[in-house]
Amino acid sequence: MKRNDMRARNHAAYWAFLIHRLSGLALALFLPVHFWALGHAIQGEAALDGFLKLTDNPLFKTGEWGLVILLSLHMMGGVRLLLIEFRPWTGLRKDWVAFSLGAGLCAGLAFMLSLFS
Amino acid sequence: MNKAISVGTQARLWYWQRLSAMVLALCVVGHLIVIMVAVRGGLSGAEVLARTRGNWAFGAFYACFVLACTVHVPIGLMRIAEEWLAWRSRGVVTAAWLFAAVLGLAGLRAVYAVVMP
Repeated sequence: MKRNDMRARNHAAYWAFLIHRLSGLALALFLPVHFWALGHAIQGEAALDGFLKLTDNPLFKTGEWGLVILLSLHMMGGVRLLLIEFRPWTGLRKDWVAFSLGAGLCAGLAFMLSLFS
Repeated sequence: MNKAISVGTQARLWYWQRLSAMVLALCVVGHLIVIMVAVRGGLSGAEVLARTRGNWAFGAFYACFVLACTVHVPIGLMRIAEEWLAWRSRGVVTAAWLFAAVLGLAGLRAVYAVVMP
């Protein structure tokens, strides 16, 4: 890796880009599975219930928790990009990188609270 | 098939990506609220479908969400294919269209499955 690459990557905006890209990729791969799972309802309530019971274990719940965090991170990262591109230029909106992480944390905690309530 | 994607197409893709992102930002906030409410006390097919069946507002919201995903996700995956896999031919556009078709059909089928009484 060139020295300039290292400097460019040691920057909050690079990490924001990486989180946005990886979260987007994970969500994109998850979406067809999510739609297929919900599609079970076409065969009736019992079919959907059967699938939901299959996912009612700590492994799947942890996965769902991760996806909720990724979804909120991706959404906030996307809002940051829209602000950078469509609002008057005020730099790379590094405060929004922090907001994104905060939103991800809050969404993760709220999901856990809902799971256990 | 090996010709690169034209500048005009790239600009249109950027525009549609951003436009769909604006819709998705609102949809994701709504979806996160729905998730938090839905998982309270555990998920069951009966509980989910009691809320969704015949709920046309819910159906319209999620149909809109699915359509925005159908635009947004394939363009994002195309960017990743271009930048990380150096896949820049028009074949990548065809693959993105196919992914959009799968996502759109599976997504609308899922909405139909949970909303139709």
